[in-house]
Amino acid sequence: MAVSLREYRARIKSTESMKKITRAMELIAASRIIKAQQRARAAAPYARELTRAVSAVATFSNVDHPLTTEPEDPKRAALLVVTSDRGLAGAYSSNALKEAERLVEKLRDEGKEIDLYVTGRKGEAYFKFRNRPVVQTWTGFSDQPTYDVAAEIGETLIEAFLRETEGDDEGVQGVDEVHVVFTRFRSMLLQEPTATRMLPLEVVEGTEAPEESDLLPLYEFEPSTSEVLDALLPKYVQSRIFFALLQAAASELAARQKAMKSATDNADELIKKYKRIANQARQAGITQEISEIVGGVNALADATAGSE
Amino acid sequence: MSDSALQVELVAADRLVWSGQATMVVARTTEGDLGILPGHAPLLSVLVPGVVDVTTAEGETWVAAVEDGFLSVADNRISILSERVEMSHEIDLEKARQDLDRAHAAGELDDAAIAALRSAEARVRAAEKAS
Repeated sequence: MAVSLREYRARIKSTESMKKITRAMELIAASRIIKAQQRARAAAPYARELTRAVSAVATFSNVDHPLTTEPEDPKRAALLVVTSDRGLAGAYSSNALKEAERLVEKLRDEGKEIDLYVTGRKGEAYFKFRNRPVVQTWTGFSDQPTYDVAAEIGETLIEAFLRETEGDDEGVQGVDEVHVVFTRFRSMLLQEPTATRMLPLEVVEGTEAPEESDLLPLYEFEPSTSEVLDALLPKYVQSRIFFALLQAAASELAARQKAMKSATDNADELIKKYKRIANQARQAGITQEISEIVGGVNALADATAGSE
Repeated sequence: MSDSALQVELVAADRLVWSGQATMVVARTTEGDLGILPGHAPLLSVLVPGVVDVTTAEGETWVAAVEDGFLSVADNRISILSERVEMSHEIDLEKARQDLDRAHAAGELDDAAIAALRSAEARVRAAEKAS
């Protein structure tokens, strides 16, 4: 017997308790994902109306706003990476980080310096471990982001974007572009890491082509077009970031559920295997004991037969 | 033509707060209080923290406190967007009053303090109006 029966039993026991944990996590993720999807749905009307308003302004005025102006020679770019706070979600965070690295590489090739902004402890740890400077991190909300957090992130990024690239009086450098890497929730089975450019804004007429009935009416703007735009665009950016965070939260939970499901399945497999080996070991032990007894009896019988 | 009712949507950043038919909407924009009746010209305006007052098609009224946001009117469709929206029945009047007192007491009048003061005021007014 290579390993004693007792040891196999201990392994089965620990695998079983591990299975209980992963199973519980799977169920928790499953229930939270429904909530996350509801939150994403609840946030949709705001984003939709805001997009409508922005495209209304864009259609009826010459959009000329700092947030939409393409810098002539972009030198620095900010990158917001959305990762999770906790692990045990399969390749969720590492996929997002890989996508981020790809984008960093691409932007470097274009001759831009990168300022990193990170949400989620996993991303924070990743860059810290590699000694890469991160401008700012936000943590502690990855599976249920609130609008306040998104607003704060949005403000920070807009501020960086509006700052002069050469640096202001205190030498703090601004950026010419803002990119966001987050994981888009396609379905329970598919979550894609996506990179989008947030700033300067490209004002497009919504994501779908407008239908006939959607033709925008001739709006009056109060107090003035530029002031409406001033108020509107930052909110639009914040709402886009909120969207990214919500998508990332749903993706994280979906990834975690999937990872925990396969962990549970794997634990089942392991338990089955260990049980088999343990039974074998038990059987081998019994067989050995019998053959020892039989051998002993035979030897005794031989001895007595020989002496007669 | 203006007898058709207004289709109103009151939307916060993270939820749809109210949607339905209304005959009149009053909201506070940067230019002052603005009343909207059916048939209003298309308008896009910036809201300041204040009270939104809606008379529904059934003749009832309800009020809500909003923070910075937007109001868009087109084809008898009104959408009121704000990061934070509280219906009057959701507001704890006591707490709102305390917030207002605290905001007054703070004295320091930087932008954040003023914003806090305005939103506290709006909430108190909305709650008082409803009761």
